[in-house]
Amino acid sequence: MSDEYDNNKSYQAQSSETMGGSAPASPDMDYVRPAETPDQELYHGHSFITKWVFCQDAKVIGVQYFLTAVFTGIVGLILSWLMRLQLGFPGAAGFMTAEHYYQFVTMHGMIMVVYFLTALFLGGFGNYLIPLMVGARDMVFPYVNMISFWMFFIAVAVLMASFFVPGGPTGAGWTLYPPQTILPGTPGAGMGILLMLVSLSLFVIGFTMGGLNYLITILQARTRGMTLMRMPLTVWGIFTATVLAMLAFPALLVSAIMMTLDKILGTSFFMPTILQAGEVLEYGGGSPILFQHLFWFFGHPEVYIVALPAFGIVSDLISVHSRKNIFGYRMMVWAIVGIGALSFFVWAHHMYVSGMNPWFGFFFATTTLIIAVPTAMKVYNWILTLWRGNIRLNTVMLWCLGFIVTFVNGGITGIFLGNVSVDVPLSDTYFVIAHFHMVMGIAPLMVIMGAVYHWFPLVSGKFLDEKLGKWHFWLTFLGAYSIYFPMHYLGFIGVPRRYFEMYDSPYMTSAVGMNEFISMAAFIVGAAQFILIYNIIRTLKVGKKAGQNPWKANSLEWLTSTVPPEHGNFGERLPVVHRWPYDFSVPGAKDDFITQTTPPSEVVHTEVEKT
Amino acid sequence: MHPGIIFFLVILGSVLFHIFTPWYWTDIASNWGGMDDTITLTFWVGGGVFVAVCLFMTYCVFKFSYKENRKAEYKPEDKKLEKILTWATTLGVIALLAPGLIIWNQYVTVPKNALEVDVMAWQWGWQYRLPGKDGKLGTTQVININDENPFGINLDDPYGKDDVMIQSDAINLENNRPVKILLRSVDVLHNWYVPQFRAKMDAVPGVVTFYWFEPNKTGEYEVLCAEYCGVGHYAMRGSVLVQNEQDYATWLGEQETFSDLIAKQQNLVIGDTKLAKK
Repeated sequence: MSDEYDNNKSYQAQSSETMGGSAPASPDMDYVRPAETPDQELYHGHSFITKWVFCQDAKVIGVQYFLTAVFTGIVGLILSWLMRLQLGFPGAAGFMTAEHYYQFVTMHGMIMVVYFLTALFLGGFGNYLIPLMVGARDMVFPYVNMISFWMFFIAVAVLMASFFVPGGPTGAGWTLYPPQTILPGTPGAGMGILLMLVSLSLFVIGFTMGGLNYLITILQARTRGMTLMRMPLTVWGIFTATVLAMLAFPALLVSAIMMTLDKILGTSFFMPTILQAGEVLEYGGGSPILFQHLFWFFGHPEVYIVALPAFGIVSDLISVHSRKNIFGYRMMVWAIVGIGALSFFVWAHHMYVSGMNPWFGFFFATTTLIIAVPTAMKVYNWILTLWRGNIRLNTVMLWCLGFIVTFVNGGITGIFLGNVSVDVPLSDTYFVIAHFHMVMGIAPLMVIMGAVYHWFPLVSGKFLDEKLGKWHFWLTFLGAYSIYFPMHYLGFIGVPRRYFEMYDSPYMTSAVGMNEFISMAAFIVGAAQFILIYNIIRTLKVGKKAGQNPWKANSLEWLTSTVPPEHGNFGERLPVVHRWPYDFSVPGAKDDFITQTTPPSEVVHTEVEKT
Repeated sequence: MHPGIIFFLVILGSVLFHIFTPWYWTDIASNWGGMDDTITLTFWVGGGVFVAVCLFMTYCVFKFSYKENRKAEYKPEDKKLEKILTWATTLGVIALLAPGLIIWNQYVTVPKNALEVDVMAWQWGWQYRLPGKDGKLGTTQVININDENPFGINLDDPYGKDDVMIQSDAINLENNRPVKILLRSVDVLHNWYVPQFRAKMDAVPGVVTFYWFEPNKTGEYEVLCAEYCGVGHYAMRGSVLVQNEQDYATWLGEQETFSDLIAKQQNLVIGDTKLAKK
């Protein structure tokens, strides 16, 4: 066997130490507590299989998650094209039946929310960035981390398999509301729904393994000096989102198991007495609304599982590229934690017109609108970070600006829908579609793209092409905005969602032109994403070399021994942290950035504040 | 072109679109004008915040774009500013939430004189039942439903006998009379929704849900199913005709009651036996 554990990294307890050794003997002001535990033992793979397939390096696992999630995202994108084709130009795709349409709607929704966004943010960025940003050599349980990815991979395989079983994939809507989900009136109510439930269960199991890794790594494996309040907001966002995932996903798992039992064994967790085709089915006494409570107890935190990492990442990107500290760091941290906590008390705002006791409406409307306050604070702090900054208008920053516009837009429409009585006319219309695509589709996607352009030089050592990047951004931003902004108004005229076609409804005839326009925009935005793929391939071949810390950032992921970082991340010695990652443009400092590892003795003549 | 110009045009375009849009809500035909008013208020407050935030952002992009010799400001926190913004936002949120909750209170408080209408949904269609002379609807059960008893009325319930049965997806309502819609489904979730009335609620199998409204404009309106209910969801339509008092009374007089239906079926049965004897 060529694989081996290496244990030769020296374990040295010193009263203090500095990175790089450029400073003279440090005075006491640079004191950092001594190391208390030896370095983590790492399993180094040497064969192709152990290095790239069944790999235990969090960075490789992150890339594996990323690529798998992007694959599902492309499937979701193609499904959305097919849906828009039907909606804009009914009958244009000859094969498209109502069954197909509903199957595409369902798979598009589930793929994008769970298998694309969640996996990408937590599995992709989480794995890649957490150990690097907190100054660890790897996740604390690399083996479990590897299993986590492969569970996710199997979950994706099972999900994709459902396209090929008799009856096709489930067409129950991504919310999978019973009883229709498992009754023959819904497409894919046989094998399709079973595979969906199995796939979700596998996803939750795999994700729990990854999630425990993220949490314990952040809590236990931070390098010396990396206090919680010195962590980059990216880590705070991913950390809080993972806590939410650990608490929310079990609700999805139990509801998936209960529904599977209803389907296979004929139990009646969610199934009341039902009359179908003149016959009373052998169900009775179950509650369809119970499922909705369980689903949204998962589903609403899920929104923040996607949003919080995006909040964190975008904060870091804006700060680095404005050459300015993130404004109100402590407020930002508490806002992330507060939003995360509140997100468990708002789930029934998805159910105002579900038939639950209407008195719940008062409670859930209030909690929902309370969440608007910390969320608004985050928005203010992003734009206040730009204020008096020195803003690099590169592709990364453009994605961030696009995020602010789409997120504020989608956040405001959220206030409409959260405000119980305003939700009554708007729920289940295209207003809802427009709202959630803007706020949890486009806005997080903007952050993902910004993050790709920002961290690609770290992952590959090369810059993505700026010119292609700007084309990619403007086509995506302007295109997506012109899809979803007008779509709100379809909701006002009353067009319900999940309609295969509208016939000659008076509500719809006035909006035929708009529907065609939206579809055209959707085709263009979808196609524009392939610019990124081309850009990546081209950059890997002929891209410009990035070198170390090309953005002049402060956080640890840019201070690795090699670029791209090797397994173990930091060479002989782990970095020691002396400050937060946002000391940009400090008056009196030589450069406009002071890395987290710079000891106080090197910057005594500046006006840097203690962090 | 400077990116700030494009962002500015996007904001300007959004505002102009909102002002000049030919697509806006259908003319309201019920008492729920308060919902529309709250939406308008939310547009002013929320739209104001959207425009303010985005314009501020655009201004920063213009004013502070990268220059080699510029040094960004170094100011980690501003407690006073953060406090002001927190309270201003809280006030804005309260201003929007308060009318929302007041209207919701009206929405869940059904007037005493409301006419109860049983809306029964299935994959994929609607039918309706109105109380008879006794003013009360009879109780129902899914297992009672058959050709002779299409609404599943409990036969031992005296209130059920005179119920008016409308076995059609079209129903008439009286103008300016509050209606309490009692929703019932025999199979999956549905939702009886008329955009002009603004109101909606899911029909859930196993329970009876409700909402109310008062139609205030005569005319015919289309009913849409607003909760996904399987492959026929998009085709699950119905219609409502809102009439003045006189026309409505005439229409109501022509409808069949449950006892009419039972009598008719007994005649049929007798007819069958006679036929058999011959």
